[in-house]
Amino acid sequence: MKHLLGLRELSKEDIIKILNLAKDMKTILKSETKKTPHLQGYSVVTLFYENSTRTRTSFELAAKFMSANTTSISVQTSSVQKGESLLDTVKTLEALKTDVLIVRHSVSGVPHFIAKNCSFSVINAGDGMNEHPTQALLDMFTIRERLGTIERLKIAIIGDILHSRVARSNIWGLSKFDNQITVFGPQTLIPPYIENFAYVASSLEEAVSGKDVVIDLRIQLERQKRGFITSKQEYYKFYGLNEDIMRYISGSTLIMHPGPVNRGVEISSEVMQLPNSTIDEQVTNGIAVRMAVLYLCTRKEGIYR
Amino acid sequence: MILIKNAQIVNSIHDKNEKADILIVDDKIEKIGINIEENPDNMIIIDASGKYVMPSFTDIHCHLREPGFEYKEDIKSGSRAALAGGFTTICCMPNTNPPIDNRAMIAYIKYRAKEVSPIEVLPVGAITKGLSGEELAEIGFMKEEGAIAISDDGKCVMNANIMRNALLYSKDFSIPVISHCEDSNLSEGGQINLGYVSTITGLRGIPREAESIIVARDILLAKETKAHLHITHVSTKESVRLIKIAKEWGVNVTADTCPHYISLTEEEVLGFNTNAKVNPPLRTQEDVEALIEGLKEGVIDCISTDHAPHHKDEKNVEFNLAASGTIGFETAFSVLFTYLVEKNGFDIGKIVELLHHNPRKIIGLSPNVIKEGKKANLVIVDLKKKWEVKEDNIVSKSKNSVFLGKLLTSYVETVIYNGKILKKDGVLNC
Ligand SMILES: [Zn+2]
Repeated sequence: MKHLLGLRELSKEDIIKILNLAKDMKTILKSETKKTPHLQGYSVVTLFYENSTRTRTSFELAAKFMSANTTSISVQTSSVQKGESLLDTVKTLEALKTDVLIVRHSVSGVPHFIAKNCSFSVINAGDGMNEHPTQALLDMFTIRERLGTIERLKIAIIGDILHSRVARSNIWGLSKFDNQITVFGPQTLIPPYIENFAYVASSLEEAVSGKDVVIDLRIQLERQKRGFITSKQEYYKFYGLNEDIMRYISGSTLIMHPGPVNRGVEISSEVMQLPNSTIDEQVTNGIAVRMAVLYLCTRKEGIYR
Repeated sequence: MILIKNAQIVNSIHDKNEKADILIVDDKIEKIGINIEENPDNMIIIDASGKYVMPSFTDIHCHLREPGFEYKEDIKSGSRAALAGGFTTICCMPNTNPPIDNRAMIAYIKYRAKEVSPIEVLPVGAITKGLSGEELAEIGFMKEEGAIAISDDGKCVMNANIMRNALLYSKDFSIPVISHCEDSNLSEGGQINLGYVSTITGLRGIPREAESIIVARDILLAKETKAHLHITHVSTKESVRLIKIAKEWGVNVTADTCPHYISLTEEEVLGFNTNAKVNPPLRTQEDVEALIEGLKEGVIDCISTDHAPHHKDEKNVEFNLAASGTIGFETAFSVLFTYLVEKNGFDIGKIVELLHHNPRKIIGLSPNVIKEGKKANLVIVDLKKKWEVKEDNIVSKSKNSVFLGKLLTSYVETVIYNGKILKKDGVLNC
């Protein structure tokens, strides 16, 4: 596997390969030394054009546990301000002998653009409104660990579907396994043609009832200014996972959230603490999944031949 | 003297295609007939057996980028590219730097064109000073100097009152107002058509209503003012519908669409291909069909290229930073032939109307068909030739064609302008 750009292009078999390997990686995480030599001698660079302490740290730890040399490029202090183009940055990283680049960018398609213009491996850590493949893979890993399968499940995704790369990656990934996917959110945040890929529920009650998994999405509060949502309070009342809606969710339904959570907007603190909430576990699993992805991207016998 | 032998002449959809020889003396067509006598001593003889001869084309919407952006294209390189595609009259849009918004700039374009262009370049003046959408430019002076139309192309005149006044004022000078229809509040931040592909790729979408709302607005303003409104680069089925209604109302409205809107869909963007980023964006198959139907019915009057050259560095970047536009001169005819004639059964004569008669009529020029006594402005095309669009065979300074890699049928082999052979057997001669 040379790159991991998204789950839309990735086959079912490739996803299973990653999830299986992540299981092994998780045992390493549980060991005391937390160190393997898999990436010894490899240079792994994180290039984040958007702040995300949690994703960046997760990737960096994954690389470090596998003995890679890691470097993180902070965009504020580097090239962008000097007027260097992204293409220039890519060429520089190539000259610096980068083996794997982990990139996050606010524009859809940037990892694809880099992959087209470089010789190293590119891992998409979130691009615009397009994909966040490792987040979806860790969600799938968590579901499989808890429910024993990722096939033929009833899954609801709630919130800002339009802008969510997490939603897209989850839809592309989960759709490959015969799952029934339902989405729900304010109409302003439901993209056109999503009905080709998921059932669009007409109420939150309908969306969450009888589901095996409810994936709740983070809402960007700036969306209020652009007319997508009206207020935090209203969002919480009509679209949030609050105590009222819990009446429709069974005790065995997994409640997931990619984090960081806006407490009292998307989800209440009480709901977060329920035993069927997997929010903290997802973070741990994220490292294991990213270790698996890093491992596969640096092997010659890859998923992408 | 030039003698074209055995040419299949196509003048329009109404004339019968005749097979004849064409004798050109100086800049005029001297004689059309069967077996005109050859005289190798003082004649260039072109054998056009199996080829078609038609009037050379007119493009009412293109960007030559001079002054200000000569690294993308200039009047000379753009004219040569146009010529390569069979165009001998082209109208360049005013969004240059500085913009073409006053008499001196019109004079400058005319002067430069005379110096460096092998073909006819007609400038389009701005509607508003500095293309700011705020204050009317000196439309009368620009017309006097040679502007053939006014347009703020690239931007929409968002203030309906300014647009209304532009339409009213243009009437005194009998000059069409070419409208770039795009509600910028609806399109803001958008990269591609809002729809299936924007949902799949997560690229921000532009709703089709961004175009059709302004089409409707401008039609209403044209209805009231009775001015000549020309709607350029129509891309949606709703716009076609609205223009059809306007014509039924008797509104003085004409419209064009571009080769890429009648052939390609938003799916070209999958894979984040920035050459497929154009404005308005590529739409859906339904729109393509509605546009073709609109051309068939005469709702859409003509084809313009919206030739929009951009440097490689402006396209090989993040999608949102990529400049909008595709070059279009060199592929226009072949795209129309491939997608309209081959795939949709259009008469070849109809293509001549879309590329010659109708665009000329819109800007007040009479047709120049292939008849004795007319100026010798014509193209010889091979309708059977198949070719792949490649960067290497592009004449334009910029290579940003949305058709790169596409296989097209038909090719403009030879172009004669004012009796001079400027392109022969695929090779430019200027
Ligand atoms: Zn234009």
